Amino acid sequence: MIATPLLVQLLRQPGQLAGASLADWELMLRQAALANLTPALYYLLDERGLLDCVPAPARAHLEWARAAFERHAQGVRFEVLKICQALASTGVPVVLLKGAAYAMAQLPAAAGRLFTDVDVLVPKARLAVVEGALILAGWACGHHDAYDQRYYREWMHELPPMEHFHRRSLIDVHHGLLPQTASARPDPATLLAGARPIGGHAALHMLAPADMVLHSAVHLFYDGELEHGLRDLLDLHRLLADFGRAPSFWQELPIRACQLALARPLFYALRYATSVLHTPIPAGVSLAVDAGRPNCVLLAVMDQLFGRALLPAHASCADWLTGTARFLLYVRANWLRMPPLMLARHLFRKAFMSPKA
Amino acid sequence: MLTVSSLTRAELGERLARPGLRLQTGSFVTCIGSAIPAVADGIALLYAEYPLQDAGGFADFHVSLQGSGGLRRWVRPQVRFDYDGTRPFEPLPVAQAFALFEWSMNYCVSTRVHGYLLLHAAVVERDGVAAILPAPPGSGKSTLCAALVTRGWRLLSDELTMVRLDTGEIQPLPRPVSLKNASIELMRAFAPQAVFSRPVNATAKGTVAHMKAPTGSVRRAQERARPAWIVFPRYVAGAAPHLAPMAPARAFMQVAENAFNYSLLAAAGFKALTRLVDASTCYQFTYSMLDDAIDVFDRLTPP
Repeated sequence: MIATPLLVQLLRQPGQLAGASLADWELMLRQAALANLTPALYYLLDERGLLDCVPAPARAHLEWARAAFERHAQGVRFEVLKICQALASTGVPVVLLKGAAYAMAQLPAAAGRLFTDVDVLVPKARLAVVEGALILAGWACGHHDAYDQRYYREWMHELPPMEHFHRRSLIDVHHGLLPQTASARPDPATLLAGARPIGGHAALHMLAPADMVLHSAVHLFYDGELEHGLRDLLDLHRLLADFGRAPSFWQELPIRACQLALARPLFYALRYATSVLHTPIPAGVSLAVDAGRPNCVLLAVMDQLFGRALLPAHASCADWLTGTARFLLYVRANWLRMPPLMLARHLFRKAFMSPKA
Repeated sequence: MLTVSSLTRAELGERLARPGLRLQTGSFVTCIGSAIPAVADGIALLYAEYPLQDAGGFADFHVSLQGSGGLRRWVRPQVRFDYDGTRPFEPLPVAQAFALFEWSMNYCVSTRVHGYLLLHAAVVERDGVAAILPAPPGSGKSTLCAALVTRGWRLLSDELTMVRLDTGEIQPLPRPVSLKNASIELMRAFAPQAVFSRPVNATAKGTVAHMKAPTGSVRRAQERARPAWIVFPRYVAGAAPHLAPMAPARAFMQVAENAFNYSLLAAAGFKALTRLVDASTCYQFTYSMLDDAIDVFDRLTPP
């Protein structure tokens, strides 16, 4: 059993650590840096009026991270504007996903959240038009061989990542939330039908609140890359706290999860958000999401794996099983992406035949 | 306060191996872990007067330089730089361990310390005012900087000029001066009393050696300086020393090009750079002989 990392304690109860020692702050900042959460920590403390309690050398690190984050946020706004301009002529509505949506809608989840690419969701039928418009505006697929192209275009739920030739910004064009080859596949048309405008931006849309939570859960619990697992769990924590203020949200969420065949990731999301970050969930909701509960053996295993992989990827938050847990979750994520034979072929290809990056 | 020289070479090696040496350079403390003897040797030689921080303090950066495991332990051994669990660089031959340590120390600051406008420039001080020498690699900036600090100028930094965003002053970060190729022998002859690390051949930058920062500069590492001159040096073989005034707008653009975080700091970066250029007289400086160059610098008058 790993002791609760200081960073996690701080995220749960920011007020309690005001008296932390310099050595504690040093460790917390190291954990935050590897979890990509330093600017998020700044805004969390700022919001609670606790920045003045932070010892000067630690405060300096938080301020540096804030400066870098402000520039990042400015860059995101600029890139989203450029994407809107690029797609204006197509008539396809720009539905932003994850980080870019939180940022443009100014949700609390955006405070200090760093991310590398802007994700958009478009109808599959309009994919070619969208890709063409983005290419005309300067985005292009990076160095992908024929196999990678086929991997993305036939099997995945997104185009190969596109990079702007001049500004180096990245955009991921999605037509679904999960690969076409995955067994669970929420219907993208249902998600798009529920999308709503982002206030103050005529051309921008985001998913409905319940769908944003479900997408965040899918991303975290069906994806193999958990280095930023704690950041993604904090997304869920903040989205739930924000949307949960509307009483109807908690009734809709489990129903929507079943409708989209995402009861399992929702179950995990609520389970680990409450166990790791102490996210408040109204009584009765956990019963309503029980439809997604795995059998007790599987759940015991998942508790062990996610209990480790969702902590900061810092040496101080690891035990002898952490590496194995991360590896097994990586294998699991791929397993969920495609049928076994296809997966075996894919991994073989990646291991032995693809040109090395 | 304890300094590196208060440890014996054996104690230094042990401290570096575990739990790590908490070394103060300028206003930063770096916790350094390494079991590689060349790293300990280099620190013992070039950092003797630098303060050490007690356990329980706050280290800004956590770095480690370790040998690669597996076969690499015996066949063409390598050194790996690790920034608290991340590995931003490819491993290098172990002979380059100390040079890699120096680059790592620059990396720590240049990639995250956004409370300052960070310029890729040498900076030296005299009578409380500073001359900033920004320049692309190969322009002779470090050689000129090394020469100046052996002749009475105080070393603020050889690689990283830290401009405070609040006051516009230069915050010192005195560390060893990095010398390349022909500059190494040139400086040895020019300043025989100075201390140099053993040159390392065939690095990405050619042959590299480091000159120890003057003791006075290290002792006065907390004393800030006011910017007074921005001088773009250019070494031209056989040229007579020539100091040509430079239009502030042009200097501004060239300093911006040599900044690590000008764009990241956005409006704050623009403000800091404007203030810096406004406070300084800007020159382009062509030279070939170090003695002539020092003469020109000594005759500079603050604006």
